Amino acid sequence: MPVDGSAESRAESRAESRAEGHAGGPSGAHVEGSDIQIRVRGVSKSFGAKNVLDGVDLEVLRGESLVVIGGSGSGKSVLLKHLIGLLQPDEGTVEVDGVPLGSLSSRELTDFRRRFGMSFQEGALFDSMTVGENVAFPLRRQTLLGKSEIHHRVQECLELVHLEGVEGKMPSELSGGMRRRVGFARALAVEPEILLFDEPTTGLDPITTAVIDEVILEIHRATSSTSVTITHDMASAFRIADRVGMLYGGRIVALAPPEDFRTLEDPRVQQFLQGLTDKQMASSHRGPAHRAAGRTPIEP
Amino acid sequence: MTAAAAEPKPAKASAVRSLPTPLERFFREIGRFFHILRRVLTWTFRPPYDFRQLFQQMVRVGVESVPVVLLTALFTGAVLALQTFTTLARFGAERWVGSLVALSMLRELSAVLSGLMVAGRSGSAMAAELGTMRVTEQIDALEVMATDPVHYLMVPRVWAATLTLPLLVTIGDLVGIVGGYLVAVVLLGSNPVAYTESTFQFMELNDLFSGVIKATAFGLLIGVIGCQKGYYTQGGAEGVGRSTTQAVVLASISILITDFFLTKLLF
Repeated sequence: MPVDGSAESRAESRAESRAEGHAGGPSGAHVEGSDIQIRVRGVSKSFGAKNVLDGVDLEVLRGESLVVIGGSGSGKSVLLKHLIGLLQPDEGTVEVDGVPLGSLSSRELTDFRRRFGMSFQEGALFDSMTVGENVAFPLRRQTLLGKSEIHHRVQECLELVHLEGVEGKMPSELSGGMRRRVGFARALAVEPEILLFDEPTTGLDPITTAVIDEVILEIHRATSSTSVTITHDMASAFRIADRVGMLYGGRIVALAPPEDFRTLEDPRVQQFLQGLTDKQMASSHRGPAHRAAGRTPIEP
Repeated sequence: MTAAAAEPKPAKASAVRSLPTPLERFFREIGRFFHILRRVLTWTFRPPYDFRQLFQQMVRVGVESVPVVLLTALFTGAVLALQTFTTLARFGAERWVGSLVALSMLRELSAVLSGLMVAGRSGSAMAAELGTMRVTEQIDALEVMATDPVHYLMVPRVWAATLTLPLLVTIGDLVGIVGGYLVAVVLLGSNPVAYTESTFQFMELNDLFSGVIKATAFGLLIGVIGCQKGYYTQGGAEGVGRSTTQAVVLASISILITDFFLTKLLF
């Protein structure tokens, strides 16, 4: 994949941002002075009677790979859809490079989304199109590239996700892991500044999961884009993240680089990391760790 | 902060409040219909113009509906001739069968029955297709790729239904008249010349146009309702099934109600 001048400068900016962001400490929810690309402030969202997000605050640094973990139904996908304006918050704001998404008209928002690429949980490939047509779709709709240029770009994107030679196949002929990688290729096609990955490894075997993680890392290295990934796969999260955040009870309750995240004493984090039931957690709290459990990196 | 404190707040009272009443649901559907219609009309004139999609949809809605519309029209014309012939023969008025069949087909039956058949065939297909795209996040994917789903999915479907239904109805008019002729002349032994003369004796161009105008309105209803129900689908495979059923029921009822008002307006 060609990395142009702007991509290089984004890569430098990313390195600087990481240095500044990490200097902010392991909690890192608010990283003053850093190059913040996405800022989520007090976002709440309810569906009927259910409060899914309850005042989420989150900042995503330019060029970083942020992974948000959380249990099933904790609102991770809902949060991700707020970042790209697919859902509007009941309260709070989402800003991308200082532009509040809520202030944009539907047409402005449509144009603004050209800066994003998003891969969906099951790929969300158009089942009436071939793999090649799927990857070419954003190029045809958003660029003025000719047929041969589009074909060339489709090949490049498919190579990047290690799927050469499948452009003539229909999505129904692919395995789950392949469909997701095609989804990555489609998200990458227009070289977006921000990549969003929705549960990229859920339901896949460990080997395919590792392949997907490797592809995400390669994409990140090659494009220097900012990425936000949501998952409940801990191994995957630690492999690909610059910072890991945890969504619990509708809020981000912990946010830290992977190596610090593992050592957080927050019981909610530890319960998730260790995969304990509430009962197991309650019995473990009777031990000495319980006394230290009150210390949480971010008090929501 | 404890884990328990961070749990989502239960809101039983709001759960009861959030259930829409039938009246609220009715007005919500009406609101959605006009919202979709307005967006379709707005997006129609914005580039890029996807004529390939339009022609594809015209084939699916129009060309592929030809057999079912022809059969419906043929047998409607035939049964109309059969019923009216035996009734009118009781007071010696069987020579008016041709006029009755022709005017009924042109002014009313061809448009309404073709509309109902296309609602069942294509309206349901639109709702199912868009509904499946909704629950499998394909519509979200379109939005993410800076493509408005109304522009890409609905504009071609709504225009395909609006443009092809009048053509189908015109063919249906002709086939219905042929059906009536076959029964009256071949089966019941009417004089072919007298029957043909009777068919065209009272026919005016306005009769044909009124059917075509009705068909255009029905096509628009089928397209918008099919897309609307699909677009707002919720809840997986069950939701797609529900949307599909609702699309057919709502489009059929809308056709019958609109037919009454258009008939009042046009004649």
